[in-house]
Amino acid sequence: MAARPARDISLIRRHPQLITGLAILLVLIVIGPVGSLFVDTKEAKVGAALPDLPPSARYPLGTDTYGRNLLPMLFLGTPQTIKIGLLAGAIGLGVGIILGFVAGYTGGIVDNIIRGAADILLTVPGLLLLVVIAVSIKGTVSVNMMAIVVSILAWMWPTRTIRAQVLTLREREFVRMAKLGGMKGAEIIVRELVPNLLPYLASSFVGAVASAILATIGLEALGLGPQNQPTLGMTIYWALYYTAVLRGLWWWWAPPIVIIVLTFMGLFLVSAGLDQIANPRLRRLT
Amino acid sequence: MQRFILRRLGVFVLVVWLASTVNFIVPRLAPVNPIRERLLQAVSQGGAAKSDLEQVVAYYEAKFGLDQPLWKQYLNFLWDMLRLDFGVSIANFPAKAMDIILRALPWTLVFLTVAVLIAFAVGTFLGALIAWPRAPRFLQFLVAPLLTLSAIPYYLLGLVLIFLLAFTWRIFPMGGGYDLGLVPKLDLAFLANAAKHSILPALSIVLSGIGSWALGMRGMMVSTLGEDYIALAEAKGLAGREVFMRYAVRNALLPQTTSLALSMGTVAAGAVIVEVVFGYPGVGTILYQAIRSFDYFVIYGVVMMIIVSIGLVTFALDVLYPVLDPRISYERK
Repeated sequence: MAARPARDISLIRRHPQLITGLAILLVLIVIGPVGSLFVDTKEAKVGAALPDLPPSARYPLGTDTYGRNLLPMLFLGTPQTIKIGLLAGAIGLGVGIILGFVAGYTGGIVDNIIRGAADILLTVPGLLLLVVIAVSIKGTVSVNMMAIVVSILAWMWPTRTIRAQVLTLREREFVRMAKLGGMKGAEIIVRELVPNLLPYLASSFVGAVASAILATIGLEALGLGPQNQPTLGMTIYWALYYTAVLRGLWWWWAPPIVIIVLTFMGLFLVSAGLDQIANPRLRRLT
Repeated sequence: MQRFILRRLGVFVLVVWLASTVNFIVPRLAPVNPIRERLLQAVSQGGAAKSDLEQVVAYYEAKFGLDQPLWKQYLNFLWDMLRLDFGVSIANFPAKAMDIILRALPWTLVFLTVAVLIAFAVGTFLGALIAWPRAPRFLQFLVAPLLTLSAIPYYLLGLVLIFLLAFTWRIFPMGGGYDLGLVPKLDLAFLANAAKHSILPALSIVLSGIGSWALGMRGMMVSTLGEDYIALAEAKGLAGREVFMRYAVRNALLPQTTSLALSMGTVAAGAVIVEVVFGYPGVGTILYQAIRSFDYFVIYGVVMMIIVSIGLVTFALDVLYPVLDPRISYERK
């Protein structure tokens, strides 16, 4: 019994960044659903309170110009933003896995096309292409649609990372042994390559989630988000729209910024931690 | 070298073609063409500008004549893009979209170039120092705050800066590109005023940029410092400063330049929103206003102009790369 806690502590000591990052993200994921139990989420609707009230015991984060209670808004909005990130990140990773494996494994012209497309799209200001797509969607945008729009440009880094790893793995001894043993291409990919790639897949996923959240908040700040959802980015958009900064209503825009910063820090720590696992040589350097 | 430049030029053309094609296809993929819809809606609302709007509709029909076959519409569209003719503004009718953009573009270009270069230079140098064992220890303590700053998107940091340095302590103006009474002209008083207005927006890009540049450079420096030629340079008894600048920094700098080229797109996209936050009179603000009034031609125009400009910058950086790094010769490939 006594051995277990000791092992947990050594896990934290060995991967402090990964564990801290995961802890931050876990808190952010849980804060919405748990917080909603303690406040009345109906107060996140327009006209639920007097407008522009500073934080008080009754309204811990104050209210906005629409008379919305900002604390339940934050509890409702945080999971939405994270959901967009996770969904878009998953789509981005999925596309990245398929393209990365195809490119790395087949090589030749297919590889050139996929790598070229990823490289070119990386240098383009992707947010602006998303703007073109988002303004052309008619009617109100839903959270799911937002995730799909953002995922259009979330696959490039995963594709690049996975392709590079597949290239190095392909030439390793155990892959050659599997080939000699008569395994087919697909079987080799699933049974030999994927397990070796897991840390890279995880870190690609984290990267895709981060870039998706960044893109979402950018689109939302430009007014292209889900108009009737209190996501973090939309809260910032409304605060900008009603010049909350110049009117000194800091409680309107500061809390979403804090959550966003925590999200990015958590994601960064997790990806740094995963890099250490994937590439043990880095461990000595940091 | 020539072949490399040609190939790189091909990539640039490809980017421009790709962006034009997205601009062409996306509105047509939507179940109802959003541009048509917007124009019809504007006409039906009527008002004083009704005759103007009917002119826009006529213009639109003539230009994108739906009676023409699709491939012909597409070729016409590409030809217009090639001449940088983005059509007219729906919100400010007779004005051409390109004229509106051109008025704002110099603001963005100057502002963005200066801010990015400062962030890159300061961040890179700082990162190099942090990795250098003989640098002052206190630099190590900068890592955590810089990392935190780099986790904030530019425009959100901008909000915080406005609140602290313009609203609470009135050191800088709260926004805009110059004082309201001034007329933009190229004299010292106006430039000084414009510079004062640019400090905060630039600071938000610099502060949140420094962290990631420093981190990247530190990583490169650490692996460079492990190289044999550094040990040799030290064994030869070269001065520490010389080893640092000419052996370590010079070599670690090269991958940094690559990531500068790679990140230009993201930086530009972030800067666009910084402009919105500050009401800076660049293309970002134009884009924001166009989005709010569904001024499609201006939106597409701004997007095209930024993509073309960034394409040119990455092209230039890529061509300069072999000049920086003599080990790279593209001929042998």
